[in-house]
Amino acid sequence: MFSKILIANRGEIACRVIETARRMGVATVAVYSQADANAAHVALADEAIAIGGPAPKDSYLRGDAIINAALQTGAQAIHPGYGFLSENPDFVDAVVAAGLVFIGPSGDAIRAMGLKDAAKALMEQAGVPIVPGYMGTNQDADHLAAQADAIGYPVLIKAVAGGGGKGMRLVERAGDFADALASAQGEAQTAFANPAVLIEKYITSPRHIEVQVFGDGQRAVHLFERDCSLQRRHQKVIEEAPAPGMTPEMRDAMGQAATRAAEAIGYSGAGTVEFIIDGSDGLRPDRFWFMEMNTRLQVEHPVTEAITGIDLVEWQLRVASGEPLPATQDQLSITGHAFEARLYAEDVPAGFLPATGTLSHLQFAPDCRADTGVRAGDVISPWYDPMIAKIITHGPTRAIALGQLARALEQTQVAGTVTNLAFLARLARHEGFARGEVDTGLIAREIDSLAAAPPVPPAAQALAVIAAAGLWQGDASGFALWGALRRPVPFDPPAAIRVHGPGHIGVEIDGMTHDCVLAQDGWRVDGAKTGAAMQMDRDSVTIFMAGAHRFDIPDPLERGSSAETSDLTLAPMPGLVKSVFVTQGQNVSAGDRLAIMEAMKMEHTMLAARDGVVAEVLVVEGAQVEAGAALIRLEEEE
Amino acid sequence: MKLTSQALPASDAFKANRAAHLDALATIREAADWAAAGGGAGALERHLSRGKMAPRERVAGLLDPGAPFLEIGATAAHGLYDDAAPCAGVIAGIGRVQGQDVMVVANDATVKGGTYYPMTVKKHLRAQEIAEENHLPCIYLVDSGGANLPNQDEVFPDRDHFGRIFYNQARMSAKGIAQIAVVMGSCTAGGAYVPAMSDVTIIVKDQGTIFLAGPPLVKAATGEVVTAEDLGGGDVHTRLSGVADYLAEDDAHALALARRAVGHLNRAKPATVQWQSPEDPAYDPEEILGVVPADLRTPYDIREVIARLVDGSRFDEFKPRFGETIVTGFAHVKGCPVGIIANNGVLFSEAAQKAAHFIELCSSRNIPLVFLQNITGFMVGRKYENEGIARHGAKMVTAVASTNVPKITMLVGGSFGAGNYGMAGRAYSPRFLWSWPNSRISVMGGAQAAGVLATVKRDGIERRGGTWSPEEEAEFKRPTIEMFERQSHPLYASARLWDDGIIDPRNSRDVLALSLSAALNAPIEPTRFGVFRM
Repeated sequence: MFSKILIANRGEIACRVIETARRMGVATVAVYSQADANAAHVALADEAIAIGGPAPKDSYLRGDAIINAALQTGAQAIHPGYGFLSENPDFVDAVVAAGLVFIGPSGDAIRAMGLKDAAKALMEQAGVPIVPGYMGTNQDADHLAAQADAIGYPVLIKAVAGGGGKGMRLVERAGDFADALASAQGEAQTAFANPAVLIEKYITSPRHIEVQVFGDGQRAVHLFERDCSLQRRHQKVIEEAPAPGMTPEMRDAMGQAATRAAEAIGYSGAGTVEFIIDGSDGLRPDRFWFMEMNTRLQVEHPVTEAITGIDLVEWQLRVASGEPLPATQDQLSITGHAFEARLYAEDVPAGFLPATGTLSHLQFAPDCRADTGVRAGDVISPWYDPMIAKIITHGPTRAIALGQLARALEQTQVAGTVTNLAFLARLARHEGFARGEVDTGLIAREIDSLAAAPPVPPAAQALAVIAAAGLWQGDASGFALWGALRRPVPFDPPAAIRVHGPGHIGVEIDGMTHDCVLAQDGWRVDGAKTGAAMQMDRDSVTIFMAGAHRFDIPDPLERGSSAETSDLTLAPMPGLVKSVFVTQGQNVSAGDRLAIMEAMKMEHTMLAARDGVVAEVLVVEGAQVEAGAALIRLEEEE
Repeated sequence: MKLTSQALPASDAFKANRAAHLDALATIREAADWAAAGGGAGALERHLSRGKMAPRERVAGLLDPGAPFLEIGATAAHGLYDDAAPCAGVIAGIGRVQGQDVMVVANDATVKGGTYYPMTVKKHLRAQEIAEENHLPCIYLVDSGGANLPNQDEVFPDRDHFGRIFYNQARMSAKGIAQIAVVMGSCTAGGAYVPAMSDVTIIVKDQGTIFLAGPPLVKAATGEVVTAEDLGGGDVHTRLSGVADYLAEDDAHALALARRAVGHLNRAKPATVQWQSPEDPAYDPEEILGVVPADLRTPYDIREVIARLVDGSRFDEFKPRFGETIVTGFAHVKGCPVGIIANNGVLFSEAAQKAAHFIELCSSRNIPLVFLQNITGFMVGRKYENEGIARHGAKMVTAVASTNVPKITMLVGGSFGAGNYGMAGRAYSPRFLWSWPNSRISVMGGAQAAGVLATVKRDGIERRGGTWSPEEEAEFKRPTIEMFERQSHPLYASARLWDDGIIDPRNSRDVLALSLSAALNAPIEPTRFGVFRM
């Protein structure tokens, strides 16, 4: 076993790896960017080395700096986590060349799975079923259109070098193919400097089921499947294991196909073979096809750990240090059911815009596993993925585990930023999902009801007014000689309070008056126990009461006239300024594209709000900006 | 040291007392509610339709949420001017802004356009007096048409009339007592000097106006036609004239600006007294209504009241065996040390000497004094005059008049004759003077006054050889008795600002604590007593 390893990552996965290493008596070295100098993973590790600026390309993607850090600290191996350099074969080769161990597969194995068309061909040879499609090198538009016709609509166009949904287009009709192709190729060119696409059959009721495999370079075992069908725009939202409706025959067939895939490339370490399943007729052994192999530890690995009782990071370290596979296939079994939900700082009603902020309050439910890389007081910066935590529950049955997940989500308390908690909790309480009716289109179909801002309980709103008035402690007397004064409280909607005495406040809001009394067990509103907790931030208050309810507190001094801001185009979320289309002095019409921002792998186009002349371009392409940053200023209207 | 109550809450007397006090309270509450409603629903609706906040909400919006508001003159002008000026058309009181005690004076424009009746002037000046004595920053929420013209002779010319407001502003500003004006409506003629004389002035856009003469007067005088906004609106005064400093978008914004201004005053309360942790009384203040007899003439032990006012009901009684008709001693009210002087019967020479002694003690120790006044007067008769009760009474009056420690007076019963003087009546400038609903104040009791007049009359009749039947005498006395009854009622007194307000006896502890807290914003100056007639 290693005596010291370096973790070439940040956030929750770095913390996750450090915790297992520590339990195994292995010392840990963290690396960090300037933005992460005070991050949780740095605090947790035994040693930490600064490797550069906040942008990933200046730090977490700098293989040379990371290898130097390992050599400098005497670490014997490097754990890549997921993302960043975890699937970069050149990095793996460099690590090995430096005399260090890469905790993961070989560079060649990664290369073999890196290009999707080549990987599929390889898998086909190995006897792994693949989706009907075209993966040829002939990228002529007419040829591709003919292939699409042959496969049969609907089809999916995907970038060969792609990932994360980029350069991907769904085409329903032959007439739409040409436009979609051009657009996908363009995006692929921008994103990957490789316009090549592949075409595959689009499965109308698809499920995403993946199999966890583990290899030692020759032999591989599988640790059963995970169902990742709850996705939004190809981003996984809630994962579970085992897959609902899975039969032993199907599991065997998929498991065997997955181990064949791993063994075909001499896979070493933890990997995941993703399959697409046509779930329109239940789960059938002849309706699954290889999609791709992820040659790393997956974000959602904890659900597998929960049902198998195995620490996958421990296995990674043991296998990487030369031990044989710690278990044979027949020693592995499934116990119960597990779920994982990904908690993000994002504004769901605003279209899942990534958010930033300082986590003024962070508390997880007591009865769940919460893998997190942040603590209360930490900052969700615009530089990295805004994941706050993974909430994992494990119960004897799917229904129980799902109930635990819903409750854990409802009890999770985050303040200081907006989160997708309400969205996740609704999903966890979704009746169809509870029945196991999972497919990758579920979220898209019901996005309006799932993503709508959660209804605000009147009691939470009343308590928010009390907090906004600074009276949460309930000790203010509000003394008046002949009757409590009605005091307006800056709030949206307008509110007023009457303090009748210590711990007794009447709150008027939305035409209602709520009688709020502070009892031993917290605030009661109109006689009902709330159990509410509160977190006050600079310009908002969050009431935790069956979920988190965040209320902006208007500053009564902020009364800038709106005319001043209408000249400015502001960044709607933190992200990267990808393109700027206008220059100073240029005439623009309402609706003209001004700039494109990229965040969370999504592009957002900024349009001119009115006709006008560009007075100033306030950003340059490539700049990383915070939400609300001014991008373009138009000249004042006459 | 902890007082022990002899009260029997289950007794008939206790219940009867309570019922009578609740009855008296209901009358006061009705008057207070009427005053708080200002000019009434119609006027308020017109006021709100202009985008203005209700006057009391302006006050509340200025104060820290949940902070106490110690209103003064809550029933001022009650029964005066044919009831045309509820609350005297101006709301005044001590509140907290950014944690600091301040005096708020807010015109109620729903009452005759916020114009100044004589009692409006008196209340405004009283508020300023409290502010000056206790070093409280003043915040004026101005919305007033100026002097009430039909009453101009009672408002304009005299020393304690309208002009005194601006004199006070200048004098207080000179003492470092901040003067802040928020112009939320008219501010015409003399009224224009309230913002102009302030250290900091905020004006509400399209709503506040400041001018020496309004558009009609300008037109009459010079023929110039000008709108109120162009003549003296917020834009003009913050951009051109400099009469105001900040332009607010609306009332709420103006109040927020005023709160911010208070935040920049850079003041701290001076260190004066040694505070303790507050503690509730061992006896419930609610029981005050039962332990105090309904009839002023019924004697009772004032310690029953003290036990329900002071922290832990603990009372270090001073000279308990001497001059027993006055009770003196040390206690704490919500953590603030106080010396209490309370009547427990008619004043004798010994009692007066004891009180003078105790006042000297508290003065030398910088301990604020609380007077619980229930006094029919000094003892009369040959024995007492001959032993020099006037001399001893003078010692007490000298001590009360001379001391510089804060004095808070509470009329808990009768306030008659010279007893009023010795017990820090209004003329002795207590920092605050509060009345209970059962209290009565007059130079003597109505029956005594009628008796004196009847004796003089009977002497005259009998000298002329006439006769005067008991029926005729009773008929003669009746108007006097009725007049005294009417005039001694606390609502009559409070309407004329002989006190700072009537309070619910059960709130006495809160009112005392707030009064003390306000008073301790000013440093306690050393006392130099006048010559005591020994």
